[in-house]
Formats: sequence, C-alpha cells, structure tokens
Amino acid sequence: MKTITVDTPEATMKLGRAIASHLKPADLILLDGDLGAGKTTFTKGLAAGLGIKRNVKSPTFTIIREYQDGRLPLYHMDAYRLDDGSGDELGLDEYFNGDGVNVVEWSKFVANELPDNYLRIVFKRNDDLEDNARTLTFDPHGNHFATILKESIDEDGK
Amino acid sequence: MKRNLMMAFESSCDETSVAIIENGAKILSNVVATQIKSHKRFGGVVPEVASRHHIEEITICIRDAMQEANVTYDDLDAVAVTYGPGLVGALLIGVTAAKMVAWAHQLPLIPVNHLAGHIYAARFVEPIEFPALALVVSGGHTELVYMPKEGEFQIIGETRDDAAGEAYDKVGRVMGINYPAGPTVDAMAAKGNDTFDFPRAMDKDANYDFSFSGLKSAFINTYHHAEQVGNKLNHDDLATSFQNAVVDVLVDKTLRALKNYPVKQLILAGGVAANNGLRTRLSAAIDQLPATQLIMAPRKLCGDNAAMIGAAGYVLFKEGHFAGLDLNADPSLEFDWAPDVIQ
Repeated sequence: MKTITVDTPEATMKLGRAIASHLKPADLILLDGDLGAGKTTFTKGLAAGLGIKRNVKSPTFTIIREYQDGRLPLYHMDAYRLDDGSGDELGLDEYFNGDGVNVVEWSKFVANELPDNYLRIVFKRNDDLEDNARTLTFDPHGNHFATILKESIDEDGK
Repeated sequence: MKRNLMMAFESSCDETSVAIIENGAKILSNVVATQIKSHKRFGGVVPEVASRHHIEEITICIRDAMQEANVTYDDLDAVAVTYGPGLVGALLIGVTAAKMVAWAHQLPLIPVNHLAGHIYAARFVEPIEFPALALVVSGGHTELVYMPKEGEFQIIGETRDDAAGEAYDKVGRVMGINYPAGPTVDAMAAKGNDTFDFPRAMDKDANYDFSFSGLKSAFINTYHHAEQVGNKLNHDDLATSFQNAVVDVLVDKTLRALKNYPVKQLILAGGVAANNGLRTRLSAAIDQLPATQLIMAPRKLCGDNAAMIGAAGYVLFKEGHFAGLDLNADPSLEFDWAPDVIQ
C-alpha cells in the first residue's frame, strides 16, 4: 500500500502517466472513491502515458469507451450506472483477458466479475485541507502490480 | 409520388424504440419503451444497461408501431437503425432486429449515427436548411456539429470530460434527486437564485470545447463544506447556480461558433435540449441574430427515440447509402472533426 496526497488535477494526471509505461496487455486498474475525486483525470494521464492522443471523456453513460491509438488499447469502463447488479452481462472477462489495459471506475458494482490480480487506487477528497486536495491510496493485488508500484511511483509521489 | 415508409429502430442506451416514418418527415408511430420506469419500480436509481430488457421489448415495439401506423411489412420501403455510438449489447438488439426485418422482407438496410438522429429530430419541426449548426446536449454527449450540406456532419467542439446531462445527474444525486435528475433540477432552477457563482469552465477560451467536470467538483465541494459545518444550503439556489453555469457556457460557445460558422439554422437537440432554462436563454440569444433561425427539437423527441432515426435515415435512403447484412454495431462511432478545427 502506498498513499500519496496531491493538490492539483495535473498531479493526479502525472501519477497516471507514471504508471502507464509499466503496463502490459490485460492489466486491470480499479479506480474507486468519491464523485469528482479525480478518477477520470487519472485516466487522462494514464492514456497520455500510453501515447493515446484522443481526448479521454467520462465513460459514465456509455459504460465502456475504447481508445485504440496508443501503445496498447485502453478500455475505460465506468460501473457507476450498474448499481443494480447488471454488470454480469457486459462480458467484462473478455476485456480483462484481452489485448489492452483495463481501467474500471466504481468497481464495487462489478465486484463479482473481477480477477484476482489488479491495482486498486482509492481516491479520497480532502475537503478539509483544500478544494483540490486528494489522497490516492494504491493497493496492489499480485506481484506484477506490486512491482509496477515500486518502479513507477516513489514515496514522494514523483 | 408513392410515399416512402420506413421502419426505424433505436436501442443504443436505455430506450427501446421502433417508429414508422413517412417520407422522413411525418411520424405515423413512435413507440418508446424506457427502462427508467421499470427500474424506479424496483427502487433502483439507475436503469439496467444490459441488453435483456431490449430483447424483451423490441418485438412488442415492432408490433405496436405497425399497428399504430396501420401498416404491414408489405407497405415498407426501408429499414433504418442506430448502429452507434452506444452500449454494444444494447445496440446489437436493434441492429439484429433491423437486419432480420430487412432480410425477411427484402428491404434496404440503412445505418444511422445516433447523433445524426438527435439532430434530425428537428426535421419534424421544419425542413433543415444548410449550412446548419447543431448543439447536441445529452447524458452522453455535448457537441457542436457543423453541417455544410445535407448528410455532412463535422464536429467543431465537444466536452473534454463530462457531458452536460451527466453533470446534471451527478449533482442531482448529491442533492438526493432520482435519475434522470435533469427535469427536476431544471424545475428547481426556475425557483431559486444564482447565489453560488460556480465556475464557467473554458468560457473564455478561443475554442468550441466544453468542460463540466470542474463545475461538478465545485458543486460537490460547496455541498460538502456546508454539510461539514452543519449548514443546510437552499437546494433551489444550488440548482439555479448550477444551471446558470451550464447554460452560460453552452450559449456563449454556441454564439462564438455562429460567428465563425454563419449558418441558416441553429439546431438544439439531445436530451438536455428539453431543458427550459437552456431553451429560453438560447431563444433570446438567437433573437439577436436575424440571419439565423433557431430550431429546437420537439420536447417529446429530445430523448432517445426511433422517429429521429427515421428522419436521419431518410436522408441516407435518398442517397442510396445502404448497409449489408454484415452491418455491425459500432459503440465508439463518432463524426469526424471539421478539417479547419485544430484539436
């Protein structure tokens, strides 16, 4: 586990960018936490790190947005609207075993569909500090993600 | 001249819809089955997204649409269907149903972009004249689309993060309003005052892009700060302040686009086009531009429906733009950017 505090959206993007270069096909990153805490912002940084030029937009309504123009495909998913448990019909395992990097926001709504290994990042708004302050807690499951975390982000969040 | 009768399908998201359209301009029937209501019944805030519901509804929609229009399969000349963008599982139901009708009755199959459909909802108000500009605002989209001539669509600006309708739903959720929150927030906004002065993101930027993520965060910050110190904020004032911030940017950017893209008509379309605050403000703004006519999609055709797909499909039908039976859903389908816009 690693906890990093950031105070700008740019700093959140930078963390996404730092992780991107270590990712391989079928990797899964879960982004959980409050509304407006920076999950899509983080994904924008990660996409840039994969060399994706297209603008990453919120996937809330479309559930899944695909970006094919980077080093690896990026599958950006948002389970926010699946809070009725209908996520089992999306065929997520095909993505999770597929050719690209998978980023899932609001993963608790598809908890039954998740594999054993993933990097979970919990975003927390620190409203009591200042409006843009966020705490990101990185929780790797499996050696691959523990290594990524060690190599990509040091204790200062650089 | 023999009338053209088209069966149109729409199933890209939460609505299953089948329509029968005459000559691309007259609605003989437009049956819409929404998943929103059935989920409210079960206490769920958010509609089911899976394709199961579309499967259950689509044959019923076909039957009802044909009965209401008083037509048989023999009367039909073509089948139009939304093939993207949207949820792949949901899109596939409409695409598959349309293919089967086209194959069984030897009819041309017409692939329609969902957003072109939204824009062509305006066709039921009056014929579209070109060049035209469309502001498409919905739960999944916020785009300015330039149309130099019939059948050509070019994006000149879009949201960089959240769609406007999505921002409505998310701030609505913070205030405890059920999905879809837009109509409720709109009604509250009519009663309150703009006291919070939320940010108008990118309003002064020299482009036609939008951003609503920062507004959403500012709203949530304000709400949580007040909660933490035990303050109860006036929800109507919150709604007015939020809506003003959204509408200000939408109207300002549209006016800026109209300066550089002089058009005969401005079209307002998409689910958020039903918003009273937006309709009123945009109408007042366009009144100042005598060369441009504002056409707002009829309120009942702002949400997803198959009639609008039939209107857009008719343009493609006239051009002979048909798909084969190998047509597939394209969840990421989007218009190209205008060649003169640097992203």
